[in-house]
Amino acid sequence: MTTLPGTPDRPLRVAIIGAGPTGFYAADHLLRNAKVVEVDLYDRLLTPYGLVRLGVAPDHQKIKFVTNVFDKVAANPRFRFYGGVEFGKDVTLADLKMHYHQIVYCTGAQTDRHMGIPGEGLSGSHPATEFVAWYNGHPDYRHCTFDLTQERVAVVGVGNVAVDVVRILCRTPEELATTDIADYALEALRKSRVKDVYLLGRRGPAQAAFTNPEVKELGELADADVTARADEVELDPLSRAAVERSADRATQKKVEILKEYANRRPTGKSRRLTLRFMVSPVEMLGDEAGNVTALKLVRNELYATSTGALQPRATGHFETLPAGLVFRSVGYRGVPLPGVPFNESWGVILNDKGRVLDSDTKQPIVGEYAAGWIKRGPTGVIGTNKPDAAETVDCMFEDLAAGRVLEPAHPEVAAAEALVRQRQPNYFSYEDWKKLDKIETERGRAEGRPRVKFTSVDEMLAALGR
Amino acid sequence: MNIANILARKGPMAVTVRPEQSIREALLLLDRHNIGALIAVEGEHPVGILSERDIVREAARNEKFFMRVVADLMTRDVITGQPHDDLLSVAHTMTERRIRHLPVVDQGRLIGMVSIGDVVKAQRDHYQGEVDTLQTQLLAGEGGPAH
Repeated sequence: MTTLPGTPDRPLRVAIIGAGPTGFYAADHLLRNAKVVEVDLYDRLLTPYGLVRLGVAPDHQKIKFVTNVFDKVAANPRFRFYGGVEFGKDVTLADLKMHYHQIVYCTGAQTDRHMGIPGEGLSGSHPATEFVAWYNGHPDYRHCTFDLTQERVAVVGVGNVAVDVVRILCRTPEELATTDIADYALEALRKSRVKDVYLLGRRGPAQAAFTNPEVKELGELADADVTARADEVELDPLSRAAVERSADRATQKKVEILKEYANRRPTGKSRRLTLRFMVSPVEMLGDEAGNVTALKLVRNELYATSTGALQPRATGHFETLPAGLVFRSVGYRGVPLPGVPFNESWGVILNDKGRVLDSDTKQPIVGEYAAGWIKRGPTGVIGTNKPDAAETVDCMFEDLAAGRVLEPAHPEVAAAEALVRQRQPNYFSYEDWKKLDKIETERGRAEGRPRVKFTSVDEMLAALGR
Repeated sequence: MNIANILARKGPMAVTVRPEQSIREALLLLDRHNIGALIAVEGEHPVGILSERDIVREAARNEKFFMRVVADLMTRDVITGQPHDDLLSVAHTMTERRIRHLPVVDQGRLIGMVSIGDVVKAQRDHYQGEVDTLQTQLLAGEGGPAH
């Protein structure tokens, strides 16, 4: 009888797809187990950390300190990073099944939800995540262009991505110059003629996802006045009752801050940021050339569903908000992976507590798992992915104990490495990444910035002498 | 965080029963799936919910409760949730109204069930995540940045 993998002679071999926070948390939980596990972490980009590098705003460096935790995980000798190796292209599911007992998908929510309104596709209307990926130096988005000669910009949504976008649009070049924003983005934003920025929430201040520190930050911008409308920051009766009932002090505080903004008078700063609530775009209007010129907004009211959740409902009152540039940030969805069952309704991999399910039988597929946003949808902060990954890893060890693992023909660490080397000779190991990291931070030090990012694959390879 | 995020990682299943099925059949379903409630459906529409509590109540006074049908014991006045209902509201309503199981419907169609256990777990993970993120930032701040 053969023993189960997980011993020094026969380690459990796990491939993790996606080197964002969830990928590292999953690796951490796997490596802390008493079983002997050898983890290979794959990412389609050369660089690790996912949205911590390419999503978190450049003026929020403290949030990026979590990479220290990831570096500790990567220091484990039973961990390897294969950067620049894309699942489904460079290595297929069939390849991985030949080399690993278990595979975990941690690919996040890579695409924006559509608003489903007329005119959404007009020129000048962009998904907010494209702008975020662009200013953060994502190699796939560095060639995006945004018409920053426009004076009026509308950002639809009040989640943290929307708030990041308005903040970056309102910052001065001097404020941005001390961050690790991509150089080309800094240059483009230096020439920005943006004057009026609108943040549009479909519900009231009590339901807005942004946190109090985020709202406060908007009131402390060097050269942008923040304002809100008194009638929109006043809580409606349903929201007031909900806030009082739950004695929710954070929300009370949020409303106080917003009321103070509504009372502020412009102080003559070059830009103005207006926070709007209880409005939904119903149409984007354009000119003959197909450029967006305005948003048609409908005023909403809130109603309580049977569980007491407050949802917006359109009234008959409309207004037109002129804007030559629009960023849409109304939610995200995962992208299906080749050969992996997908749950279209939720935009996630079809799963039960992280076990990938067969589309037809709805029974777990041996050896395949999901964790993070591709498992539960895009919600929570970075740390929320830790308990999420732990749940998936617990299922993996349960299945291992029951003998429900793949039986790879080549479970040796060297076999997988040889495969990667053959398919993608220019892959980055973790040592390669740390070398690049050192060069980036050294370039940053010279300019008083946390780092100066490399933003193209060619630059990254050249920096390492390839 | 909303109901959809809970359902997304629960698989597609909500165990259902028809109102005319017997309590014996219902008990077998509860046991087989290791759950505490069944949703009674006509087609795809939920018409009631049968919980272990409903069965216990009947068993306490009627030795022949096995012979009854789901329609006799189920609660008809069912509170349902919608995918976009937020976790806080749902947690509040389930606690206040002592509901342990919440069928979730989308445009009148049953799409899943959320239990109070699911809600507690989601809240715990949410808070744990926030604490962890804040701690990481604080510790990094004290120790000085690595970058």
